[in-house]
Amino acid sequence: MNLKPATLSKIAEVIPHYPTKRSATLPLLHLVQEDLGFISPEAIEWVAAKLELQPINVYEVVTFYPMFRQKPIGRRHIKVCRTLSCALLGGYKTCAAFEQEFNTSTGIGEISPDGEVTIEFVECLASCGTAPVVMIDDELHEKVDGAKAKALSAEIKRAAAQRR
Amino acid sequence: MSAPAQRRIIFQHIDEPGYSNDLACYVKHGGYAVLKKAVTMKPEAIVDEVKQSGLRGRGGAGFPCGFKWTLLDKKSGKPIYLVVNADESEPGTFKDRYILHQDPHQLIEGIMITCFANNVKQAYIYIRGEFPHGARILEQAIAEARAANFCGPNLLGTSYSCEIYVHRGAGAYICGEETGLIESLEGKRPYPRIKPPYFPAVLGLYQCPTIVNNVETLCHVKYILDVGGDAYAKIGTPNNTGTRILCVSGHVQKPGYYEYEVGQITLGQLLNEVCGGPLPGRKFKAVIPGGSSAKVLKFGETFTLKNKDGTSRTLTVEDLPMDFDTLAACGTMGGSGGVIVMDDSTDMVAALANLNAFYAHESCGQCTPCREGSLWMKKITTRMVHDHARVEDGALLKNVADQIAGRTICAFGEACSWPTQSFIAKFGDEFKAYPETKKTAPPAGALELV
Ligand SMILES: Cc1cc2nc3c(=O)[nH]c(=O)nc-3n(C[C@H](O)[C@H](O)[C@H](O)COP(=O)(O)O)c2cc1C
Ligand code: SF4
Ligand code: FES
Repeated sequence: MNLKPATLSKIAEVIPHYPTKRSATLPLLHLVQEDLGFISPEAIEWVAAKLELQPINVYEVVTFYPMFRQKPIGRRHIKVCRTLSCALLGGYKTCAAFEQEFNTSTGIGEISPDGEVTIEFVECLASCGTAPVVMIDDELHEKVDGAKAKALSAEIKRAAAQRR
Repeated sequence: MSAPAQRRIIFQHIDEPGYSNDLACYVKHGGYAVLKKAVTMKPEAIVDEVKQSGLRGRGGAGFPCGFKWTLLDKKSGKPIYLVVNADESEPGTFKDRYILHQDPHQLIEGIMITCFANNVKQAYIYIRGEFPHGARILEQAIAEARAANFCGPNLLGTSYSCEIYVHRGAGAYICGEETGLIESLEGKRPYPRIKPPYFPAVLGLYQCPTIVNNVETLCHVKYILDVGGDAYAKIGTPNNTGTRILCVSGHVQKPGYYEYEVGQITLGQLLNEVCGGPLPGRKFKAVIPGGSSAKVLKFGETFTLKNKDGTSRTLTVEDLPMDFDTLAACGTMGGSGGVIVMDDSTDMVAALANLNAFYAHESCGQCTPCREGSLWMKKITTRMVHDHARVEDGALLKNVADQIAGRTICAFGEACSWPTQSFIAKFGDEFKAYPETKKTAPPAGALELV
């Protein structure tokens, strides 16, 4: 396990927030995933040992919560809201626009051929008044119609081209 | 009659130009004055004010807040916990988001007053995983408040100490259910607990007495202590006191969030005047008044309700005051304040299929009726939309839905069956006609909903 020193110090800081170590399972998994990009079998064992739990205790958490993943994803994570208020204003179109731009689909954990994005359909993001909404990594984007989806995709592609 | 003016108590500073989420700005606007007053009071006196206010929880169930606090087992000798429900996961609801991001100190002040009043040892804010910035903002705000002695050890020079920690969820709706949330906070799958015996007030977090309150509820607590319980009780309508934030989304000209005295604005005023009416060329068809789990209302239906004096009154959907009791009397609920509007372009079968996909995804899977029922309701409605539909599908759906509610561990069972039951009860004709409807091409510009 090659966790960054900053991650390790955050882990050390968060465990005493709780009277039982097990309570720190979700925070540790978030920190590990932010650092490594996903949660590997090795990471599950590491978190379990750190919290004095059985690996199954951690594994059952990883497999329940939609935000935890056991495989790497694309460089950017595009989450399109699927639920009613967004769908009523074109959420499915927005999602299709992203899929088309990156030639990929919302199949679980699918990475676009250029490796840039993973697109996911997610449930209500609690911003229904500015539907349709999309989160790209940690950023919320509001009123994302097809045209705005294209513009956001172009930005991601520009950043990718600059890096190459 | 034209709509009353908004009364912004909780959202007083939301979207105000120049208002920032740091401590200095909050204090400049009079922040933490109420907490300073609170620590000079007897804790029981604070609880009494909240009881007096009539405040009902804003998380969904509308349970009286002060009464909830009196249920706390204070004799057990175990530490008492406060868990702040910032999961905001009921579709159609988007109010806590703005408090958390723009006015976190208002929440922290409400939390510390509540903690002091109930001798809470430790508070946790359970914030949904999809609010990463919100979590950072809260952590920053807690650090600032702690440095100024507004939380943490020896609160404002008293002998009372209490820390607040932020705990992030990870994308599961059921973590909004209070006992699921507690399990999640304990580091487990968020499987709701069976009540009895696991009422949070007695056997909550770590099997200790625990208060679970919604973000907006705790902001009201701060305001109640500011103006006094009696003064607060005069806002709104009897048994439905205070203000409430209504979140409007879907097919209206001006979706958004609006704060009104409870029960003083009707659904018609809200949608037609405040939200600018339907989209051009459209008519309202249906509205879900209190988050996606609330039963749908159909424009054109009427409700005959009993008055206190024995007479009765008949109300249209537009006439309904947005309060807990009237909406409940009409067979739906005020819930979380999320109002989802559908106009005459909406395919009701597809709309239900959209909601059913949500519930099938979010059932925690512990109870067979919920796990299987939500899945079959999704499969049937999705089949109707994308494959073939049968005349008897409506009856089949109703049959499945009717076997869930009341047979499950948590209220998700009700939450997932109410949409189907109400869509079939009110739009059953559309379900029956669906095999025929499907033969004609969908109207131009019709949107995919599932
Ligand atoms: C399936 C389900 C989901 C819920 N989601 C939320 C939520 O996201 N936020 C919330 O505050 N309450 C939610 N609740 C209600 C909580 O269980 C609890 O009643 C509430 O947090 C209590 O706070 P209050 O009394 O201040 O309203 C949910 C309930 C159920 C059954
Ligand atoms: S009703 Fe559904 S969500 Fe609630 S405990 Fe049972 S299976 Fe889980
Ligand atoms: S339905 Fe998309 S944010 Fe709520």
